[in-house]
Amino acid sequence: MILFEGPWTFLSVATLVTMVAVAVSILVASLRVMRGPSLPDRVVALDLVGLLAVSVISVVAIATQQPVLLDAAIALALIAFLSTVAFARFIEWQGENAE
Amino acid sequence: MKSLILRTTTRPIIVVLLLISIFLLLRGHDLPGGGFIGGLVAAAAAALYAIAFGADAAARLLRVRPELLVGWGMAATVVAGLLGMLAGREFLTGLWWVIAVGDQELKLSTPLLFDVGVYLVVVGVILRFVLSLEER
Repeated sequence: MILFEGPWTFLSVATLVTMVAVAVSILVASLRVMRGPSLPDRVVALDLVGLLAVSVISVVAIATQQPVLLDAAIALALIAFLSTVAFARFIEWQGENAE
Repeated sequence: MKSLILRTTTRPIIVVLLLISIFLLLRGHDLPGGGFIGGLVAAAAAALYAIAFGADAAARLLRVRPELLVGWGMAATVVAGLLGMLAGREFLTGLWWVIAVGDQELKLSTPLLFDVGVYLVVVGVILRFVLSLEER
């Protein structure tokens, strides 16, 4: 990684700050996944974790100067909401069966 | 699932997902990608369609049964291996043909055929799972 080598540039500082911010966000969102009182809370938090994973990949792509990683970020960003849709379907199905 | 928002957004997203899956399939030899991951992305697109419009609509969109895709995919991988043997080399030896298209080079190879086979197998297997679960 170029991030921690050589003189501090604006880009490397910004990358480092972003990494810390995203890491804290994932930690807080994971707490919500674990504690969330209801299932919808957990689903929304899990969606947030998925989108934060997209930003992790993007930041790592910048830090390592590997544009190839951005394709993975695009694919993940398009797929990430699929799990939320599946969960929504499951919750809907659960509600129908409970009645 | 009868949701207007989901049904409307599904159509453009499926187009982009299928484009990315083909892009991943064709780029896979030297860079990240390949038949397996491309097939997974394509299967995710079809799964999204099945969730939004129902399993029957997804099966109609696919036109062929997923089991047939698995069969054709396996046949493609075996043919890719046998082509190496026909050229008098070991089974699964990679053969490359470079065709000049204008001032560009089009590189065709048996590894590409193998990857297409893997792609079809992955799409077929995952779709069989998804459609069976949706039909329930």
